[in-house]
Amino acid sequence: MIRYVLRRLLTAIPTLFLIVTLSFFLLRVAPGGPFSQERGLSPEVKANLERVYQLDAPLWRQYLNYLADLLHGNFGPSYNLPDFTVADLFRVGLPVSVQLGASALILALVLGSVLGIVAALRQNRAGDYAVVALATAGSTIPTFVIAPLYQLVFALTLAWVPVAGWGGGAFINKIGPVLTLALPQIAIVARLMRGAMIEALRANHIRTARALGLGGWSVVVRHALRGALLPIISYAGPAAAALLTGSVVVETVFAIPGVGRYFVDAALNRDYTLVMGTVVVIAVFVIVFNLIVDLLYALVDPRVRYD
Amino acid sequence: MTEMTAPAPAAPPSSPPAGSPPAKGRSLWIDAWRRLTANRAAVISAVYLVVMAVACLVGPLLTGHDYTTIYTDYVRVAPSLTPYPKPDALASTLDDLTRRMRLDLAGWREENGRVIVDLRSARPIDPRVTRYFDRSSSFEDSRVEQTGADGLSMTVSAAVARHYFLFGTDNTGRDLLTRTLIAGRVSLAIGLLAGLTAVVIGVIYGATAGYLGGRIDDVMMRIVDILYSLPFIFLVIMLVVFFGRNFVLMFIAVGAVQWLDMARIVRGQALSIRRQEYVQAALALGVSSRGILWRHVVPNTLGPVVVYMTLLVPQVILLESFLSYLGLGVQEPLTSWGVLIAQGAKNIPAATWLLIFPSIFLTSTLFALNFLGDGLRDALDPKDR
Amino acid sequence: MADEMPSDLDIDAAAGDAPLLELTGLDVRFDTPDGEIHAVRGIDLALNPGETLAVVGESGSGKSQTMMAAMGLLARNGRVAGSVRYRGREILGLPSRALDEIRGARIAMIFQEPMTSLDPLYTIGSQLAEPLARHKRLGARAARERAVELLALVGIPDPERRLRAYPHELSGGQRQRVMIAMALAAEPDVLIADEPTTALDVTVQAQIIELLRSLQRRFRMGIVFITHDLGLARHFADRVAVMRYGQVVEEGPASQVLSRPAHDYTRMLLASEPSGTKAPPPEDAPVVLEAQGLDVTFHIGGGWLAGPPLEIHAVDRVSLTLKRGQTIGIVGESGSGKSTLGRALIRLIDGKGDIRLFGRPVGELDAAGLRALRRQVQIVFQDPYGSLSPRMTVGEIVSEGLRVHEPELDARSRERQVIAALEDVTLDPALRNRYPHEFSGGQRQRIAIARALILKPRVLVLDEPTSALDRSVQKGIVELLRRLQREHGLSYLFISHDLSVVRALSDWIMVMRRGQLVEAGPTEDVYEAPAAAYTRELIAAAYGLSDREQAGRR
Repeated sequence: MIRYVLRRLLTAIPTLFLIVTLSFFLLRVAPGGPFSQERGLSPEVKANLERVYQLDAPLWRQYLNYLADLLHGNFGPSYNLPDFTVADLFRVGLPVSVQLGASALILALVLGSVLGIVAALRQNRAGDYAVVALATAGSTIPTFVIAPLYQLVFALTLAWVPVAGWGGGAFINKIGPVLTLALPQIAIVARLMRGAMIEALRANHIRTARALGLGGWSVVVRHALRGALLPIISYAGPAAAALLTGSVVVETVFAIPGVGRYFVDAALNRDYTLVMGTVVVIAVFVIVFNLIVDLLYALVDPRVRYD
Repeated sequence: MTEMTAPAPAAPPSSPPAGSPPAKGRSLWIDAWRRLTANRAAVISAVYLVVMAVACLVGPLLTGHDYTTIYTDYVRVAPSLTPYPKPDALASTLDDLTRRMRLDLAGWREENGRVIVDLRSARPIDPRVTRYFDRSSSFEDSRVEQTGADGLSMTVSAAVARHYFLFGTDNTGRDLLTRTLIAGRVSLAIGLLAGLTAVVIGVIYGATAGYLGGRIDDVMMRIVDILYSLPFIFLVIMLVVFFGRNFVLMFIAVGAVQWLDMARIVRGQALSIRRQEYVQAALALGVSSRGILWRHVVPNTLGPVVVYMTLLVPQVILLESFLSYLGLGVQEPLTSWGVLIAQGAKNIPAATWLLIFPSIFLTSTLFALNFLGDGLRDALDPKDR
Repeated sequence: MADEMPSDLDIDAAAGDAPLLELTGLDVRFDTPDGEIHAVRGIDLALNPGETLAVVGESGSGKSQTMMAAMGLLARNGRVAGSVRYRGREILGLPSRALDEIRGARIAMIFQEPMTSLDPLYTIGSQLAEPLARHKRLGARAARERAVELLALVGIPDPERRLRAYPHELSGGQRQRVMIAMALAAEPDVLIADEPTTALDVTVQAQIIELLRSLQRRFRMGIVFITHDLGLARHFADRVAVMRYGQVVEEGPASQVLSRPAHDYTRMLLASEPSGTKAPPPEDAPVVLEAQGLDVTFHIGGGWLAGPPLEIHAVDRVSLTLKRGQTIGIVGESGSGKSTLGRALIRLIDGKGDIRLFGRPVGELDAAGLRALRRQVQIVFQDPYGSLSPRMTVGEIVSEGLRVHEPELDARSRERQVIAALEDVTLDPALRNRYPHEFSGGQRQRIAIARALILKPRVLVLDEPTSALDRSVQKGIVELLRRLQREHGLSYLFISHDLSVVRALSDWIMVMRRGQLVEAGPTEDVYEAPAAAYTRELIAAAYGLSDREQAGRR
C-alpha cells in the first residue's frame, strides 16, 4: 500500500511538470502582458518593470527560472497586486476558501446521499419524483442566479443575514456562500446516489440476502449502500478539489476574501505568476484527491488491490 | 438458459407464418422513439424547447421593439401589462419636456390618443420645438395646431406613443422582453454549436482511442487526463484571449474544451463494443478496420452520444452564461441570458425583474433540456429489458 | 391468510404427513411496457419432507418465477395470486418482517449465479455470520465457530483461513459451496435450488450435486430443484414436475415421468437429448486445415512502473488435422483454452506455430492473404444475443461478407444470395428487414450461421453454438449443422463443454485442459474407453455415472 502511494506520488511529478509547462507557454503565447494594459505607463517605466521582473529575458530562460523558483517553493511576486507575493495571497485566502469548500462538500455529501437513498427506496413514487425534481433544479440553476436570489430574499427582504462580507468568519456570514456552493453538489450527489442505490438493490447478492431472510435495513445499509458508495467516492475527489480551491462567483457575489476571486482577474490581466500559482495549487489538489479516491476505493472494495 | 428477474414472454416462440409479407422490422431507434413519446416529462420538455426556440427566433420581430432601441423616458420601468406612458405619468413627462424647451406649460388635455398642449413663453416660440416632442419616446407625430398672434403662445398636438414593456426595461431603457428573446437566440445557438463541436471531436477521438486500443489508447487518454487536471476556467479564458471577442470562434473553442467527457464516454463504449462477438464476427468476415469502425462501432455508440449531447447542450449554455456573467462572453449591444442575469444581479433590490425574467428563461430551458436528456437515456438504454 | 402466528409447537405438530411446502393455484403476472406477461398460470405443486422435487422446463417456462413468487422475491412489476403454504401455514402475502422469520430460517434458496450471488465487498466469514446472527441469535464468537463448521460441512478446505477470504478469491464451485453453507446456516427444512450448477463446469457440477444429496440425507430436507437439465433431474430427483408456458404439464415419480412420459411435451424434451453419431470421412479425404505446435500466450497488465506483465499460456503446443467433411470436437472446461485455440486457428488471435489451409501456411499472411483466408474459414459464436450487431437488419448482417468479398455484386443479386442463405438455414427470408432483437435465441443462431455460410466457406469453427440454447432448440441447430455439412461438404471444428452434443456431432475428439491437449482420438473410442484420467472424470461427471471417490474429492 505504502509502495503504491509512493509510486503514485512519483508519477504525479511528470504530470505536474507537464501541466506547468503547458500552462506556462499557453499563458505566454497569449497576446498582451502584465503591464501592457496599465494606462499611462511610459515605455521606459514599462521596460523598467519588465527588467525588474525579468520579463525581458528569453522565454526559455524565464521558463527555467520559474521552474527553479518553483522547486524552491517560491511562487514569485504578483504583478498586479505588487505589495504581495503569490504565496502571501494563498496563505491568506486559501484557508478561507478551504473552510467554505469543505463545509459545502460535507453538507453536499451527507444531504445528497440521504436524499438519494430515500429516492431509491421510494423509486417511482412521490418522494422519488420530488428528489429528482429538486436535483434537476439544483444542477440547472446557476450559482450566479442562486447567490443574488439568496441575497434578495434572505438579506434584503427578510434581513435575516448580512448581504455579503466575510465578517471574520462568522457563522451567519457563511450560510449563504456555503449553501450556494453546496446546492449544485447536493443535486449531483443525490442523483448519483439514487442511481447507484437502484443499481445496487438490483444486484444478485441482494436477492440472496432477501432469500435468506436478512431483509430490512441490513440489506439496505450493509449490502446496497456500501457498493453504492463507490460512484460517490469517485465523484467526490474532483469535486473536493474544485470546491476547496474557491469559486469565482460565490467569492465575488458574497465578497469573500478567498483565492477563487484571483484567478479570472489574474488571467485577464496576465498576472503570470498568480495564474501559474493557482494552476499549480489546483493541480496539486486534483492529484492529491484523485489519490485519496483510489485509496478509499481500495478500502471499500476488496477486489481493488494496489501492490 | 438464464432465468432473468423480469422474464421473457412465456408465449410460444411463434415462427412466422409461411408466405408472410416482407415485414418491416422495428429498429432499436423506433423502439426508443416509442418509449420516448410515452414519457410525459420528456414530451412536454421537447414541446417547451420548440416553443422557446420559435419564440426566440420570431419573437423579437413581434414585440414592437428593437433590442437596441433606447427609450430615454423609460429607464428601468417595471413590467406592466398596460402600455407606457401611464396616464398619471403624462403630466410629469410634459413638465419635463417643456422645461427642456425652456417654455411654460399653460395647460394640456388628452383627446383621442393625442395630447393638445398650450405653451407660453416670454419670447417668441420657435415652431421647431415640436422636435422635442418627436425626440421624446412618449410622443410622435407632433404638429403645431395654432400659433398665438403675438407668437408668445402656441398650441401643439402630438400623438401619445404607446409602448408595451411586458418585462419592463433595463438600465438604459431597452425593452427587456426583446432583449431576453434575442439573448435566447444567442444562448441556444451557442449551446448547439459548442455542443456539436464537442460531440464531433469527442466521438472521433474517443472511438479512435477505444477501437485502436493498446499503446495509442494509453497515450491518447493520458493527454485527456492532463487536460482534465488543467483548471477548466483557465483553458477557457486562454481561448477567449486567443479568439478575442468573436463569439462564434470562441464557442467552437469552448466546444473544443468540452469534448473531454465525450471522448471518455465514447472510448469506454468503443472498448466494450470491440470485445462484442459481432465485431469478432465482422473481423472473421474480413471487414476492414474502417468498415468495423463505421458500420459496427460508431452506430452502437450513437445512443449514449445522443443522450450525452442533450445533457451537454445545457452545460454549454450554462458555461456561456457563466462566461458572460464574468464579462468574457458576448459584447453589447448583443446579449445573452448570462449577461442579462449579471446585469440583473447588480440591480437588486431596485429592479428585481431584471434578474427574475432572464433567470426564468435560462433555468426553464436548462430544466427542459435535462428532462429531455433523461427521457432519451431511459428510451435508448432501458435497463429493465 | 392466517393472521394468528402459530407457535413452533403447532408447526411441529402439523409436520406429520402434511406436505412441507404446498403451492395451490399460484399465478404470477408481470406488468411490462409491452403489456402484461402471464408468467405462471395457476399451478399446484407440493413438496414432502425429505423429498427432492425437480421442476424442469425450458427458459421462459416460469419455473424460476414460481419459486421466486413463493419466496416473496418477485421483481417490482410482478403480481402474485393463489396460495403458498409452509407446513400448512399461509405465507403468501405475509409482511416482509413476518416472512423473514421463515425465509432463510425454514425455507432457504440458492441461485444459479455463483459469481454474483455473494456480496463482493464482505468476507465469506462475515456473510456466513449474518444468517447465523439473524436466525440463530448467535454472538460473534459462536457465529464464527459455527461458520467454520459449516464451511467444513460443504467441503471447503482449510475453513479457518477461508473465513477471511473474499468471494472473488474463490472459484465458482467454492462460491456455490459457500452459498449452500449460508442457506444451511439456520438448518432449514426446505431448500430451493434454482439451477445451482448450470454456470459450473461439469466436474464441479457433479461435486455440488453430490454435496446436496449427502446434505439432504443428513438433514432430511425437502429440496425443490429447478433445472433445465433432464439428465440431472433423473439422477437427483424423486419426483419431477415438467413446466411449459407457466403450467405444469406433467408430474409424477422421476422414474416414471422420465422413462414413460405421458405428455407430448415431456416426450419431445426427452427426444431432444442429442443423439446419433457421425461417421468419419473417407480415409483419402483431403486435409483442409492443419496446425502444428500452435501456441498462444496472453500478457496481462504490466507497463511503466507496474512491473513485468503476467504471462498466461492459453494454448500450449496443440496440433490438429482437419479433413474435408470431418468434424473435430474440442471439449474442455472453462479456461481450458478451447475457444482460444479456435480463434487462433482462424487468425482472430495471433499465436505461434504452423497453420496450413489447403497446405498453404497462413501464419504470415498479409492483409490481402488474410482476406482470402476469411472466405474459406468462418466462425459461429456462442452468444446469439451478442454476436449480431443490434443496429443492423438481418439482411445487412447476412450480406456483410458479400460486401467485403464480392463488392462488385449489385443490390439485387446480393439480395438473392441473402434469401438463399436464409432459406438454407430454414428462416423465412421475408424477415430479412427485421432487427436481431425481434428473434428468439435459436433463430438468431440460424442468422449467425447464414452469415457464415453466405461466403461458401470450407471450414466452420463452431464456438459453443448450442450452449446458450434450450435443448429442444439445440436439437434443431444440431440437425441443421448436420444437413449443411452433408450438402456443402463442410468441415467443422466444434468447440463445446457439452459432451453429449460433441458426441452426437463429431467423429474425432480432442480433450483440452489448461491449454494442453489431454487426449485425442475417434469419438466413440474416447467415450467408450477414455485413456486419460481427466477424460474419465469428465465423462463420469457428464453422464452421472458418478464415481463416489472422484465426486467427493476436493
